[in-house]
This record gives sequence, structure tokens and C-alpha cells, in this order.
Amino acid sequence: MPALLEVVDLKAAYGQTNVLHGISFVVDEGEVTTLLGANGAGKTTTLRAICGMVRTEGEIRYAGERIEGKATEDVVRRKIGHVPDGRGTFMELTVEENMKLGAYTRSDRGVREDFERMFDYFPRLKERYKQQAGTLSGGEQQMLAIARALLLRPKLLLLDEPSFGLAPLIVRDIFEILGRIRQEEQVSVLVVEQNANLALALATRAYLLETGRIVISGNAADIRNDETLRRSYLGY
Amino acid sequence: MQGVLHQILSGLATGGIYASLALALVMIYQATHHVNFAQGEMATLSTYIAYTMVTAGWSYWVSFIATVVVSFIMGVVVERVLMRPMTNAPVLALVGVFIGLLLIVNAMTGWIWDFTIKTFPSPFHSSTPLLGGFLSGHELGSTVVTLVMLLCIYLFFRHTSLGLAMRAAAYNPVSSRLVGVRVGWMLALGWGLAAAIGAIAGMMIAPIVFLDPNMMAGVLLYAFAGALLGGIENPLGAVIGGFAVGVIENLGGAYVVGTELKLTLALVIIVAVLMIKPSGLLGRTVMSRV
Amino acid sequence: MSGEITAEATEASTSIRTQPSTRARPVPFAVTVIVLAGAVALTFLVSNYHLFQLTMLVGYAVAILGLNIATGYNGQISLGHGAFYAVGAYTAAILMSNFDVPYWATLPIAAIISAIIGFLIGFPALRFTGLYLALTTFALAVAVPQLLKFKGIEDWTGGVQGIVISKPEAPFGLPLNPDQWLYLFSLGVAGLLFLFAWNLIRGRIGRAMMAIRDHALAAEAMGIDLALLKTRTFAVSAMYTGVAGALSAIAVEFVAPDSFTVFVSIFLFVGLVVGGVASITGAIFGAAFIVFIPNIAEQVSKAAPGAIYGVILIAFMYLMPSGVAGLLRRLYHRLVPSSR
Repeated sequence: MPALLEVVDLKAAYGQTNVLHGISFVVDEGEVTTLLGANGAGKTTTLRAICGMVRTEGEIRYAGERIEGKATEDVVRRKIGHVPDGRGTFMELTVEENMKLGAYTRSDRGVREDFERMFDYFPRLKERYKQQAGTLSGGEQQMLAIARALLLRPKLLLLDEPSFGLAPLIVRDIFEILGRIRQEEQVSVLVVEQNANLALALATRAYLLETGRIVISGNAADIRNDETLRRSYLGY
Repeated sequence: MQGVLHQILSGLATGGIYASLALALVMIYQATHHVNFAQGEMATLSTYIAYTMVTAGWSYWVSFIATVVVSFIMGVVVERVLMRPMTNAPVLALVGVFIGLLLIVNAMTGWIWDFTIKTFPSPFHSSTPLLGGFLSGHELGSTVVTLVMLLCIYLFFRHTSLGLAMRAAAYNPVSSRLVGVRVGWMLALGWGLAAAIGAIAGMMIAPIVFLDPNMMAGVLLYAFAGALLGGIENPLGAVIGGFAVGVIENLGGAYVVGTELKLTLALVIIVAVLMIKPSGLLGRTVMSRV
Repeated sequence: MSGEITAEATEASTSIRTQPSTRARPVPFAVTVIVLAGAVALTFLVSNYHLFQLTMLVGYAVAILGLNIATGYNGQISLGHGAFYAVGAYTAAILMSNFDVPYWATLPIAAIISAIIGFLIGFPALRFTGLYLALTTFALAVAVPQLLKFKGIEDWTGGVQGIVISKPEAPFGLPLNPDQWLYLFSLGVAGLLFLFAWNLIRGRIGRAMMAIRDHALAAEAMGIDLALLKTRTFAVSAMYTGVAGALSAIAVEFVAPDSFTVFVSIFLFVGLVVGGVASITGAIFGAAFIVFIPNIAEQVSKAAPGAIYGVILIAFMYLMPSGVAGLLRRLYHRLVPSSR
């Protein structure tokens, strides 16, 4: 399979502080790839770099095109859905309006159908449809964020710590749904996680990021089964 | 009692104009957290444009619509050219640009149309009092125009995808970019809308206060007071605040301070709101103490 | 660009040190003496009309210095300092015409009244972020002419007509005509006020003022009483501008409501920005700008000064946010590298 996203020697900095020191990785078409790492390793920055939200050096190739240096809006309009760090909920708007914004750039007729599919994944969103999104629980906001990103009909979905700050049961639910989404949607996924166990179960390929450098890369299943690796790097 | 009712109705009529301008201010405030001190002068310029069209023999409503369109474009251009490079500038620099804009527009209107006071036509000819003598034709007409405009704006923001995107961009620019909203253009559209609203407010007030380059200074003050009264973060609040200020101004002018101190009343409202309920009647308290 | 940053950094770092001897003075002592001597010499060199203009310049310099204390050094944006200018002017005129107070004695009274009004106006708005003060003061400035026309105080203010006063003669039989004397008198008053401001700003209070401007939360954590210091600063600022208004009223020999429209406030603001925000000498350049530009521009059109002010204001915001004073400081540092 050809790579949908290919990142080569990517560097990124906030002001004077370098966060990424030249990382390279690929996301294959139709697969789930995960970036693992501790807090501050540069996972979120990597996703932001892909979406043109930080200043970067290096190459980002997506669907045969160089997208580094493009404005966030233009990256997104190339069908890259981003579930950001902190979920990015429009707190003042309703669930309905949040979802409509997800489909903002689309003019095709499939939007209605896609709304129904989202309700199928996340029945909660249907119950809360007319409510202000600020009143949703953390888990519900995470669901809303995923639905919002999927409503773009993305070719590539970037997920920033979908488990962050959620109760274990809800995390399990969300990862179950992500598993379904992997099966049912035609989307490649790049998921960033601290919870390595869950992410490795979902992914086919994994990279381990440590203070802005990739230290391990390989088949997700292999990493999952390699006890020494798990113990020394992933801590479980 | 008849007198009080008359004052209230006629206060609501001018209040609608304050409400419009307050709404224009709040729209820009919500998106950028800046107060456009040149909003009044821009409205004056729009009114002069309408004046030129009408005196050139165009029909009133053609001139009206043309002016709204031209003002909208003017607002967009100002945002793109003047405000955009200042996106991350300190507050003082932004205030400087607003004041510079105010000076330039004020000077331009004086230069082109000179400083003499001009009469501005009203499309609502009837000089016979309506509603049992409570309202003049212009007062009633301008209230209707204002209400129709407010309704259109409400429908636009509530029920169109562009309106939704504009609200989203104001609330959460980062997330808006992540769903593909062109936030920069939303700001420019906001400026355009604000300028168009200001133009309507200017054309509605001009027959009452007469047209001169400083026409909107007082109106802007009432709009400030209205926006603060209703809550500067809340468009609906600003509209209600604007109407309330119109009524307070009229009742206060008639029964308390006299017409000579009407502007001071606006100042008193502003200070009172800051002292008693700084977030406004409908606002959330989001201001920082520092 | 790098030159600017270095210059700013130098100033910031020196202002934290406590030993005055190590502190690079913003303007060398010799320059100050030469400028002052030149200013005094002008008394005998130029016509009475030009002396009148220079007196106005001195007045505006004090007014802008006042605005600078609040806006430049303390970060409180005021768009209504014209109101305090009007208060000072009317105080002087009313005292001179209604109570036969000698002109020099009106200045301290104008100072006190302006400071009180500054305190009262600043108090409600200063608890909030900068824009609220800008808004309130702007509203005040717009309302000023109407307040001055108010019938209830017409006996004092003279209503729409205003008050005519006359220029004082030189005291002690000095061989000076009234214009010469008033110019020197204003220069003396301004000199004292500049010295006082300089002392205030380089001292402990000045550092606290700037700490509030640059980082209010940190300043509060350091134990600075924000509300108290901000209202007091604003009162001092209003006081300066009030004294300036009194000086100008005596020089013009006339006050009327329509001389104190919102544009006075706006012009002071323009002077502040053009001269240099947070610069004491900047006040002088700013004053020169707002006195002389209209003279030149009005030959083109009545509207031209406003347009020029507007264009220059925006141009400064984009190109030279540190004003004329900042530009000169950079040039000075470039020409005299040892001054860094």
C-alpha cells in the first residue's frame, strides 16, 4: 500500500524551544498508525505540525503533495480531520451546531446520511443534539470531537489522546467505537496516545517518541508482544 | 401618563438605532476583543454616501441598498488592509489604529462634503403623527427598518452555515480552523456586516440629528452605553441595552436632567454599569481584574 | 530591528538596578542644559505670535507627559485627557474672572481639582481591563462640551459664550512683555513638572507602575496594590494635564465649551504616540507635532490636520511604535556605541 502521509525529518519549535528534532514516519493508506510517548515527547506538536499550527522545517507529503507551510484551513480542506488536544469543543454552540461545523466545507448530499451514521456510533450525541456542547461530559465531548472530525469525510484522521482525562469504562467504549470506525469508514488514522496498550491494539504500525525523537518503530503487534520493549519504554 | 408613553415609544425608536450600532460594536468585540472607536465615523461616511446618491437623483431605496452594499465592502477592506497586520499587536497599538481611522474618516467627510450641517431625507413622508399621536412617521418607519434588519441578522447567524461559521470563528478560532473555516475572512465579513449595520443606523438617525461629520459621536456614546448595559459579550444583550438606553435617554431628558445633558446621561450609565454590574445585565463575568 | 530590541533591553535591565550611578540616563545632562538654555533664549529671539505658539507647545508637552504617566508608564489607555485639560482651563478662567485669584495661584487649585476628577473617573473603570478605561474616558471626552454648556453652572462657566480673561503682566518690573513673561513662566512650571515626573518614574513607584503595565498578575504577587496605585497614577496623570489646561487658558485668554471637544483628547493621544509612548522627552516632540502640523496643514484644508494626524498615527503604529523619542534613542545608541 502506498503511504498516505509521509513525514521526513520534521522539526518544530515554539519560539526558541525546539520540540521536534527531525522525525520521520509514514501513515499507510487505510491503516491505523500510532505515535506513543510520554508527556512532552512531542506527540501533540507532531499533529499540530501536520495541520500547519506550528512553524516547521522538513517535509510533510500527503496524498502526493507537499503540505508543509500551508494554512490550517487549507490542510483541513484536503480532507485531514483533526481531533485536537483538549477536544476543541465549541462550548457556546449546540451539539447540532458543532456537528454542522464538522461538515462545514462539504457541499455533497451525503451529509444527512453521515449524521445518521454518527448517531449510530454515538447514540449519546442524538440524545444531546439540541444541548449546548459546554454542558456535555468529557466523554461526550470526546465523542462529539470524533464525530465532528469524521463529518469532514476525512481521508486521514488525526486523533490526539482520545483517552485523555476519561474514566476507564468510557475509554474502553471510545476505543471500541474507534475499532468499528477503522473497519467501516474509509479512513487512515494517526492516533497519538499515552495509553500504549489500547493504541497498540488498534494500530498496525507504531512509533515511539521520546523528547522529540523517534526511538522505536515497527509493527504494532510485534511491539505489543515484546515484553522487554514494553517494560523499558512503555512501562506496563 | 400620555406624555410618559410618548417618551417611551419615541425612546424605543431612537433606541433601535443605538441598538444597531451597539450590535455592530459587539460583533467586532466578540471576534477580536477590541472596541472599534471608528464605528460611528464609518457610519457617518456611509450616510454621506447615501446623501450623495439621493441628491444625485437616485430613488431613496436604491440609494439605501447601494449604500449598505458599499459600506459592507468598505468594512471588509478596512479589516483586510488595516486590521489584519495588527492581529497580534498590543491593545494600545490597536486603539491607535482605531483612532487613526476615526480621524481619517472624519477628515475625509469634512473635506469632501464640508462641515456645514445638511438635511437628510426620510423615506417615511407622513408628518402626521401615527399611533394616536405617539410616533412620527419617521420614528415608526425607522423602528420597522431597524427591527427588520435585526431579524435578518438573527436569521443569518442562526440559520445559515456562513453565520454559524462566523460565530464559531469568534468563539473558538483554533477549532474553527480545524474544521476548515477561514477565520481571517470571517473577521473581515464581521467588519463588513458591522459597517453595513452602522450604515443603516446612520441613515435612520440622520433625518433626526441632521447630517454633519460629527453626527455619530453622540450616537456612538449611547451605543457604548447600550453595549455595556446589555453585556459587551452578548449581541442580544447589546440590542436590548440599546433600546433601554434610548428609553432612559428620552425619559431622563424629559423629566430628570433636561435635554442639555443627554450625553452626560450616557456617561452616567457607563459608569453606573461598571460600578454595579460590570458584566452587563445579560453578560457573563469574564473580565479580568487587572 | 535588532538595534531596537537591544536598546529596549538595556533600558529595562538598567531600570531594575538600584544604584542610580550605574543607570544610563535617558537624556544626557549636557543635552538637557543646552535645550533649556535654547528654550530660554527663544524668549528674546522670536515674535510674540511664535512665543504664544511656544507657550502652547509647553502646555501640550505637560499635558502629554500627564497622559504618558497613565498610558505610557502604567498601561492605562485614556482617550479622554482632554476632559482634564478642560477642567484645568476652566478652573483657571473661573478663578481669575469670578474670584480675582492671581493667575499663578490658579495652577495648584487646577491641579487638585483635576486630580480629584481623575480619581473619580478612573476609579470605576480601572478595576477592569484596559478597554473599559478607554471607553469610559472616551465617553467623558465626548460629553465635555455639553457639560460645560450646562445652564445650571452658567453663572460660573459663561455657558456657550465662555469666559474671557487677560494675560498677566510680568512681575517685579521685569522688562518683559506679557507673551515673553508667560512663556518663561510656563517653561518654569513645565521644567518643575518634568523633573518631578522623571523622579517619580525612575523611583520605586515608577517601577511599580511599569510592573503593573507589563505584568499585572506578577506585580500583584509582588505585593503591589494594583487598584490603589492605578487610581493614584491616574489622578497624577489627570493633575498634569489639568495644569497644562490652566496654562493654555491663560495663554489663549479665553475658554469656551467648543474648544474642548473630543478632538482635544484625540490630539493628545496622537501626540503621545508620535512623541513616544513611555518616554519623557517624547512628550515634547509630541507637543511640537500637534502644535505645528495644523499650522502647515490648514493651508491645504480645514480637514487636512485631522487627515494627517490619522495617517501619521496609523503609520507610527505600523512602522515606529516607539515614536520619535524611540527613533532618536536608537540613532543615539547607534552613533555613540559606548552608550549601550
